[in-house]
Parts: sequence; C-alpha cells; structure tokens
Amino acid sequence: MMTVDLEDLGLDEGGHLLVKRALASASRVLVRGHSAALAVDLPAWCRSQGHGVEPVANGFAVTRSPHDRWSGAERAGGVDDVVARPPARWGLAARGALVEAGAPELDLPLANKADVWADEAARLYAQASAAQWDPATAVPWDAPIENPAEVEDAVVQVMTYLIENETAALLVPARFLGRLHPHFREVMQLLAIQTADEARHIEVFTRRARLRRDVLGLSTAGGQASLGTLFDEPDFAIASFLLSVLGEGSFLSLLWFLRDHAPDACTREVARLAAQDEARHVAFGLAHLQRHVGEDPTLRGRLAAAIERRHGALQSTAGLNAEVFDALVLLAAGDWTPAALRRGHVAVVALVGEMDRGRRQRLGRLGFDADAAGTLSALHTRNFM
Amino acid sequence: MTSNTLVLGAVAYDAKVVPIWDGFIAWFARRGFAFDYVLYSNYERQVEAHLRGDFHVAWNSPLAWIETVRLARKRGRAAQAIAMRDTDCDLTSVVLVREDSPVKALADLRGKRIGVGAGDSPQATLIPLLAFADADVSVEVVRHDVLVGKHGDHIGGERDAVKALLAGTVDAACVIDGNRLAFAREGLGPTRVVHVTGAYDHCNMTVLDDAPPEVTRFRGLLLAMSYEDPEVRPLLDMEGLKAWKPGRTTGYALLERACDRFGTLDSWLAIR
Repeated sequence: MMTVDLEDLGLDEGGHLLVKRALASASRVLVRGHSAALAVDLPAWCRSQGHGVEPVANGFAVTRSPHDRWSGAERAGGVDDVVARPPARWGLAARGALVEAGAPELDLPLANKADVWADEAARLYAQASAAQWDPATAVPWDAPIENPAEVEDAVVQVMTYLIENETAALLVPARFLGRLHPHFREVMQLLAIQTADEARHIEVFTRRARLRRDVLGLSTAGGQASLGTLFDEPDFAIASFLLSVLGEGSFLSLLWFLRDHAPDACTREVARLAAQDEARHVAFGLAHLQRHVGEDPTLRGRLAAAIERRHGALQSTAGLNAEVFDALVLLAAGDWTPAALRRGHVAVVALVGEMDRGRRQRLGRLGFDADAAGTLSALHTRNFM
Repeated sequence: MTSNTLVLGAVAYDAKVVPIWDGFIAWFARRGFAFDYVLYSNYERQVEAHLRGDFHVAWNSPLAWIETVRLARKRGRAAQAIAMRDTDCDLTSVVLVREDSPVKALADLRGKRIGVGAGDSPQATLIPLLAFADADVSVEVVRHDVLVGKHGDHIGGERDAVKALLAGTVDAACVIDGNRLAFAREGLGPTRVVHVTGAYDHCNMTVLDDAPPEVTRFRGLLLAMSYEDPEVRPLLDMEGLKAWKPGRTTGYALLERACDRFGTLDSWLAIR
C-alpha cells in the first residue's frame, strides 16, 4: 500500500492535496501524520469525497471513492483541432479541455465551422493585438487647427457621420459574437478586438469633433435606415458580406481620402489610424467568405440576392446625406474659392469611383465575374457603409 | 399528479431545496415513477403532517427522526428509516478553541462560555452539550439560533459560533467535524480540537407503517442513483452525497440520550 506522510501538515492547511495526489495513482493509501486534528479532519474529508477510511496501526487506510465525476467526460476537440460542428454541451469550455458530462447546453447558434471559420483568423488577431494604439498618445491632439469656420463645421459633420457608421460596425459583430460557439476561439477573439477597434474609433472621432465645437452634426433618417438593414441582418455570412466586404471596404476608401485630404493633422491621423484597423476587418470578412463560398458555392447567389434585397429596401431613402457629401467636398477644398471647391468636388467624385473599384475587386475575389461585380457594386448603398 | 404519486415531505432550509426536489421529480419521471414533494418551514410541522398522513416519506433530520419515532410510538405506530446518504453515516462533532487557548480538555472549560449552533441542532448543540454533561462539566451555553426549527441544517449557526470564538466572545465553539475544514477554507481559523464526540448518523428517509407500496420502488430508484449519471450528479452534489445507502437506525443513540438528558422533546411530545 502506498504511504503518504503528511508530517505535521493539517488537512486545514492543504494536506488533502497530498492525499489526492496519492489516490490518483493508488486505490488504497496509508496516510500518516502528526497534525493534531488529523483524526478528525481526515475522516470528515474522506466522507465528503466518497473515499473509505479506517484507522490502522500506524495511521489511516484510505480507499479511493468508486464514484467518478469524470466518467463520460469528453475532450472539446483539441487545442489546435477545430471540429466542424462543436456541440452546444461543450459550452464555454476551452477548446481542448476535458468537459464533464452533463454541462448545460448553451444557446450558441453560430456553431458551424463552414459558416464562420477563416484560417487567417489567428494571424489577423495577433496582428490586431500588436497594432492596438492608445488614443491618448497616438493622435496629435495639440497640433494646430486653423480651419476656416465652415471647413471646421464640415470636419465635424464628417466625424458625426463616421461615429454613426462605426457604431453600426461595433454592434453588428458584437451581436454575432454573443451567438458564436467559443470553440471557434480565434474568430471570437478577432470579433472581440474588432468591436474594441470600433469603440476606439468612436472615441477618437468624437474627440476630434469636439476639439473646436460643442455640438455635433446631422444624422439623417436615410443614413440610419441604411445602417438598420445591417443591424437587422440575422445571417452571419450576409451581415459580414454587407458590413465588412462592401461597407467597411468602402469606408476604407473614405478613411484614406480623409488621410490624404483632411485640412488638419489631427483629422488626417485619426483617419489613418482607423483605416489601418478597418483593413483587418475587411481582410477577415473576405477570408471567411472566400472559404465559405469555396465549401458552399450556392452562398454566392445568396450574397447577390442580399445586395439586391438591401437595395430594394433602401430605394425609398435618400442615400448619403447631402450634408456629408457637401462636407466632404468642402473639407477637401479647404476654402471657399471656386478653384478649391472644384478640386474638392473632383476628389470626392474620384473617391466614389475608388469605392466602386474596390467593391468590384473584392466581389471578384469572392468569385463574381466582372459583369456581376459591376452590377452588384452599383447596387451598394449610397450611404457608403 | 396521479393517485399513486409518491409524495415526500422536506424542510426548506435553503433555497436550493427547490431545484433539488424539482430535479428529482424530473429524474423519477424519466423512469416512469410519479413523485412529488411538499415543503415545510420547520421539522416539527413536517413530523406532525407525516403522522397525519399528508405525505408518504419524510426527508428527516436526525432529531426529526427521533421525534417521528417517539410520536409514532405514542400513537401505537412505527417508523422505519429506508435510506440515507453515504455522508450521513458516522459523523462526529468537535469542540474547538482558539489555537492559542490554554484549554487542553473539556474539563478546562468548566464555567466558560461555549458557543453552540441553533438550539435544536443535533450536531452543533445537543450532541456536544451531552459530552459536557457526561463529563460533568457545567458551562455557560451561548446559542447561535439561525433558523430554529430547521435543526441546524443551515450552516449559519455553526459559522456564527466559530466567528464568536475567533472574536473572543466565547471560549469554545461546537461544530460538526467537516465544518472545521469548511470554515478553515473560508479563513475562519486557526482553531484547535479539544474534544471529539462519539460517532452518530444524520438524516434519513423515514416512512411510517402505512406507507404505500410505491415506497419500495422509490427506495430502489434512490439506491440505484449513480454519481456517474450526469443527469443526477448535480442533484447529488447539491444534496451533498455520492450515493444513497440503505437506512440504518444504529447511529442515533447519542442523540436519543441527549434528548432524554435535556428533556428536549418532552414539552413538544406532551401536548401531541
């Protein structure tokens, strides 16, 4: 019989760990020790654990409990082994953990690898973690701003529009995050950091808007209607397609436009920083949809139908609010001279063209031919996002 | 509920009592056995209701078992313990002092203040005080009456006794053996054991001599419950057992003697 000598260690001081350790490898163990309360504590502890115990000449003979909590337990995949359809009973357990039978089944409807997975998720998450920036120090908040009053108003209007759109970009993945099976850990982490990115964007855009103004700009019913269709989309693939591939993709062009044309260093920098994050969001959307389309080519038809459906739903709305369009022109112009306004207008028209080119290119990567990509891109919301 | 539903009486000593017995209803139902329960706020009301025939099987504290036996006997009836938890067998109670106390034995506590649990707690009051009485050591008893009527099922009285010990307002505290370890994990210590009582048994499933035949199936299902069954394991964990055992009545002698010594049940029994 294996012997465990607790010496003067009491069971109220962690002595049970030595007994547990011994019982893991032997079904019957002789426990001895000279802690004053051993004769009280050991039988009480054994009773609570289901172990048998009897006093013997030089200590206590402990017999391992026949009752095993881990009978019927199963591995939740492997640390690096992502299964196609993780069962709900694995719940919140770490991937690769040994899960006790009888755990509650959580409501995790996004539990199909084909729908959510991208092999690039881990790399994109690592990249996102490494690229987190501190709004307090990354932006030159004290850089001089000498914009004419109306140009500053235009900046504030654009910031107001960006905040509204980034709020949608935060809430849409957040809603799916709560429905995603945590077995897809890397996707969960990526969606989480994506929402954190958007939270930071909302912070810096708000802070930039308030540098010279106490009130924000306008929010239109049409703009909200456009974002509302994203917010209400229940299908992960379609929401991801509309938000990341088309919406954030277009937004990327807008942020680059602001980086290049904004009238002050602070605005240019918040746009640059946000664009660098948005590029990752677009990359993930494209990656998992490319994989999904590869496994299920019928998805392509559903994606096309979703664009058409959204176009139909938004037909009666005004699209991009005129104030945003005009604000972008004025912001790029920098002043009210006709020459400057022409320059600004040309830049904004070029931006719209660039957004269209980008959408067609991304649609092409999802397997749409050039004609279909052109048609579908043209149906994308006039609100950009 | 069908006419042959077996009904159990239990005392609501904690909110978890409801999910425990609701879980048992579902588990029994999946095995085609109709089962239900009624809850009482105290054991005395449960014992009277049992004798009245309001339900079939009582989940009794050790004191409620003795109450049932004595009240049944008074009425020419008989009670039987059909099952108990593995953790109900061979318990002891301990008398604790502070680690730095000069007290070495019960006799050193003569005339001192002794913190006990609820007045009707077998494990934290009646059985430990019998030890003092047997040793002819008279003490000042300081009761910690948490949820009287529930026979000390609620751990609060014992915890308060140990807190009083550590605060220095009593010289010793009486608790069930396992709670010394439980309180140590809560940081309520260190304490030193100066006396261990004799072994005794705790709760049991009690039936009377008019129990319906369904009791046999009920007992069989209880004894067949397996800790390896993930459906029933959470219920067993909540109720604090790994397995049900056949009932035995050999472990109540100490408490019988304490009741006799202190006249614990005399006035209650006299008017029934």
